Amino acid sequence: MKDVVLRSLNETFGKFGDMLLQFLPHLLVMLIIFVVGWFVALFLKFITRRIFAFVSVSRLSKDAGISQILSKADLPPAGDLFSSLVFWVVWFGFLLIGVDALGVPELQLEVGRFFLFLPQIFVALLVLFGGLLAANFFSRAALLAAVNANLPSARAISGFVRFIIILLAVAMALEQIALARSTVLITFAIAFGAIMLALAIAFGSGGRDAAHRMLDKMFPPSEPQKEERAKQEEISPL
Amino acid sequence: MAETAQLSDEFIRQLSAVGEVDVLVGIPTFNNKDTIERVVRAVQIGLTKYFHRDRCVLINPDGGSTDGTPEIFKNASVSDFEIMLTSNPLRTFHRVSAPYHGIPGKETALRTLFVAADLLRAKACAILSPTSLSVTPEWVESLVRPVYRENFDFVAPLYQRQKFDGLLVKGLLSPLIRAAYGARVREPVASDLGLSGKLARHFLDKDIWDQDMTTFGLEIWMTTTAIVDGFKMSESFLGPRIQPAPQFGQDLPGTIRQVVGALFKCLEMQESYWLQRTGSEALPTFGFQYDVALEPLKLNLKNILDNFRSNIDQLVPVLESILAPATLADVQKMIALPDRQFRCSDELWVKVVCEFAAAYHHSAINRDHLLQALAPLYRARVSSFILENAKAPTAKLDQRFEELGQVFETQKPYLIDRWSAKAGGDR
Repeated sequence: MKDVVLRSLNETFGKFGDMLLQFLPHLLVMLIIFVVGWFVALFLKFITRRIFAFVSVSRLSKDAGISQILSKADLPPAGDLFSSLVFWVVWFGFLLIGVDALGVPELQLEVGRFFLFLPQIFVALLVLFGGLLAANFFSRAALLAAVNANLPSARAISGFVRFIIILLAVAMALEQIALARSTVLITFAIAFGAIMLALAIAFGSGGRDAAHRMLDKMFPPSEPQKEERAKQEEISPL
Repeated sequence: MAETAQLSDEFIRQLSAVGEVDVLVGIPTFNNKDTIERVVRAVQIGLTKYFHRDRCVLINPDGGSTDGTPEIFKNASVSDFEIMLTSNPLRTFHRVSAPYHGIPGKETALRTLFVAADLLRAKACAILSPTSLSVTPEWVESLVRPVYRENFDFVAPLYQRQKFDGLLVKGLLSPLIRAAYGARVREPVASDLGLSGKLARHFLDKDIWDQDMTTFGLEIWMTTTAIVDGFKMSESFLGPRIQPAPQFGQDLPGTIRQVVGALFKCLEMQESYWLQRTGSEALPTFGFQYDVALEPLKLNLKNILDNFRSNIDQLVPVLESILAPATLADVQKMIALPDRQFRCSDELWVKVVCEFAAAYHHSAINRDHLLQALAPLYRARVSSFILENAKAPTAKLDQRFEELGQVFETQKPYLIDRWSAKAGGDR
């Protein structure tokens, strides 16, 4: 009995030792991949930052209004943000490769799935980022147009335009990663209708004078109306 | 050599028949049937009266009018012209009217005129607006004589305007040009001007004609380029300037975008000149200045002030990207002022303009948006200026504009600081 127990224990520990001896090199490989990956990611981050500095990305991002969005969101400047993104994407890739090197079949399957999914996540992030930029640009354009047309709720109009565009961008990003497709479809339909409404408002605001002239031709204003308008006319600036 | 590709075959054919000329007068048109006849007749009398011993040509580059403007141009004549010719026989007088190549617009028309001036070896040129209701034969003499007889290269007009008319010119463009470029040009965006053939050729050689700025800011560019490149500048008093009534809802933000944007763009292109320049000089002025009673302009100040208060409040997120915090705080303080005490001081206005110019240079936000954001502030400044000077006589107003010009000059170091500060590092 005692011999059986000892032999069994011996076999178990032997197997465990064999497994450990087999596993340790994989673990070592994984750790080496992690460390090498960290250095590679760091190097690529440095290179990206230099390239961005060379092509004056900070100025370009300022022109495009990206810097403003980033500062409002308490994020670093565009160059730093992108180089950090490169660092994390590369290092995360190395982490997954390292995990894959452990040789655990279930983990390998999940890692494979993740790598297939990665491009979609990247595209979704790009769509979201582009949407934020477009939202910022068009909401500011709407705000200025509304203010200069003396509309009473300029900021509300601007906020509405921003909301609609961000909504559309989020919907498109979710669609990209195939999440809640039916919800996304309905959201898109609603958002599209809302955008058409926003465009109609914007066109109505911008084309107000043209419409005014057309109506004037069709229905000439009375003399008191003409006098009132003359009072409101602006002095020629030039 | 002139860029004849700019001219249509018909134009070249008509110009070939003219030969060399001494004086060229150009009237670019596009659907100006209501006003063109008066302008042509004034020019015809002006040339006959003042330049009858010289070879003259009147050129009308037309942008493709569909209202019969070119026909009116060709047929316009003075009823007693024969009698005038007897007393002042013209050496030669040609009239050329033809459509030009390219997109209809002022830049294409002016480029066509400059090419024609180069081809005809014109010594002096005058360009007149086809819409002016107050043009007289003396305008031709006033614009051409300083070039033709006194060897000046550029003659800016000087108008008598209705009280408070042209405040963007007097309150921003002219004083900013004065402070930056050191030349006191009082009408830098006028459509009537005189220039030498040499300067016309110089403009043609510049690599500007395909750029966006030329749409409305061409006059600003011509003025600043003539200053920067060392041409002899002068001004001529033309008298009252009366234009057809502006259409309802005149687009102020659009005007600011084009004209102020053009000046900011010029500041950017010519910074190597103006950053070094200090002080300013008045230009030699020709012509007898006189006053004519003009109908006062009407304005609903209460509406403008109410709109300003609500607009500035809404624009704060945009203005934060353009103005320094202290300037923005001063602008916001104006919101609380009652109508009668509403003031936008010269110092604050100059700071606003300097900060907008620097923000434009640094592309703090989209440049179109930036210029549109200036419109409410301009309206506030106009309201303040009118409230302050409602009862002031014209002479007092001229003195106020002179004071404003001096404030712009005093604040030039501030403009240079903001302009030269690293983008984003100055806030």
